[in-house]
Amino acid sequence: MMAEILELIWIVLKIVAIAVPLILAVAYMTYAERKVIGWIQVRRGPNRVGPLGLLQPFADVFKLVLKELLVPAQANKALFIIAPLMVIAPAFAAWAVVPFNAGVVLADINVGLLYILAMTSLGVYGIVLAGWASNSKYALLGAMRTGAQVVSYEIAMGFALVGVLMAARSLNLTEIVEAQAGPFWNWYWLPLLPLFIVYWISGVAETNRAPFDVAEGESEIVAGFHVEYSGTAFALFFLAEYANMILVSALASIMFLGGWYSPFHGVPVLGPIFDLVPGPLWLFAKMAFFLFCYIWFRGTFPRYRYDQIMRLGWKVLIPVTVVWLIVESLMIIFKIGPWF
Amino acid sequence: MQLVIFYIFAAVLLFSATMVITAKNPVHAVLFLVLTFFNAAAIWLFAEAEFLGVALVLVYVGAVMVLFLFVVMMLDINVARMREGFARYLPLGAAVALVMILEMVLVVSAPDAPVPAAGEPLPDNNTRAIGSVLYTVYLYPFELAAGLLLVAIIAAILLTHRRRPGTRHQDPGKQVRVRKADRLRLVNLPREPKVAPAAAAEAQQQTETK
Repeated sequence: MMAEILELIWIVLKIVAIAVPLILAVAYMTYAERKVIGWIQVRRGPNRVGPLGLLQPFADVFKLVLKELLVPAQANKALFIIAPLMVIAPAFAAWAVVPFNAGVVLADINVGLLYILAMTSLGVYGIVLAGWASNSKYALLGAMRTGAQVVSYEIAMGFALVGVLMAARSLNLTEIVEAQAGPFWNWYWLPLLPLFIVYWISGVAETNRAPFDVAEGESEIVAGFHVEYSGTAFALFFLAEYANMILVSALASIMFLGGWYSPFHGVPVLGPIFDLVPGPLWLFAKMAFFLFCYIWFRGTFPRYRYDQIMRLGWKVLIPVTVVWLIVESLMIIFKIGPWF
Repeated sequence: MQLVIFYIFAAVLLFSATMVITAKNPVHAVLFLVLTFFNAAAIWLFAEAEFLGVALVLVYVGAVMVLFLFVVMMLDINVARMREGFARYLPLGAAVALVMILEMVLVVSAPDAPVPAAGEPLPDNNTRAIGSVLYTVYLYPFELAAGLLLVAIIAAILLTHRRRPGTRHQDPGKQVRVRKADRLRLVNLPREPKVAPAAAAEAQQQTETK
């Protein structure tokens, strides 16, 4: 019994060691977003709270926490309160199987990839329920848009991941990274380039980010599904959105950019020099690249029209993945190329 | 310890399954069904059937129930009228329930049921084990099920995607091919008369040259 309790405490400590840096990363992601978009638009961004505005995220958090949590009179109260929790829980739970280095992972399960897909598909419940429970037409419209969009892009995303699992012959994320061991031309972004692009586009769409942010669509439906939310509940939606962005970036780095391997791993001279940098830092650098792309997209692309989003998902991305899966299986069967 | 956790999951499962059919609000019923699936998946994880457990969450909770929730949310369901039908559909429902119970009893009590005895070690990586069995021993049933699903997909699309009069469609090809000249007409409007004579003359000249 004692050993079990100790193990429980140990697991809880590990969860804290993942969750706390994640929340801090979310806080500074909002700061980075405002700064980078500021630079894109030739502004300075937040620069008043603390040196260089570095304390701005904390000011925002305290402001939101101190605000009153309003519940609309005709809302379904229980679901209205539960909905933000249903968004945030899967966004954090998915991190359980993300490996940061060889062996540094909370739960090294055999079906890691499926688990990730299952968890990311759960977030849509919270959004749909938030829209429905608010009893507001804008919120309901936003929820409907999200529901249709996320379900559509999940298919393309799932197919892209099927390609990864065929190449790595495993659903375990650690094994997927280890199958890519080597310099950057060994990573899956090259043999699976179409799938990589499809995964990244559907990742942006799944997190409801610009240019696919019709779920919020400030100019058409005010703020979409969370228009009735205030205070902490509102903050939870944003915490979940940014945690999901970081998660999609981490998964793209793990599955297509070789996870914690340096770009010259195994190359005679450069390899040992680049390996001096610890593995997790390489992973974080790759994640930072994708996160920057998120902000970059938001700063440069106009919002897609809703029917164009659906067309892109069903008529472009899904056929591309299916064709490339056939090409990939032929490459595997006939042992074409240096990768398979 | 494991037994206690199992009973907690089982109790929540039974409770939420009961709530699915007793909840007044259809949206609540759908959510309780989601909770039921979740607990079933957790119990499968306890039986070390990790692939089945996660696949249950992925397929039913992540996809099927989202669409269910979608439809239920859009419908304006009159609960009172649904209650009226209870007695009318009771015989049919009872008959279906009876058949299902009979089938379950037959499967469980069959002497040569291919169920491994409790405590027998399962293969280490049961995703691989399921895959190798599915594509060798059970290939024909598997392909048959896939064919059936394909027919269902095509049928569903055909039923909903018929051409109806009055619907409007967009042709992205046409949209992309549109040029400025197709949509935009530049019109030269004569200026207001009360301007300096020189500027007026210049403007006049400009309109004439164009």
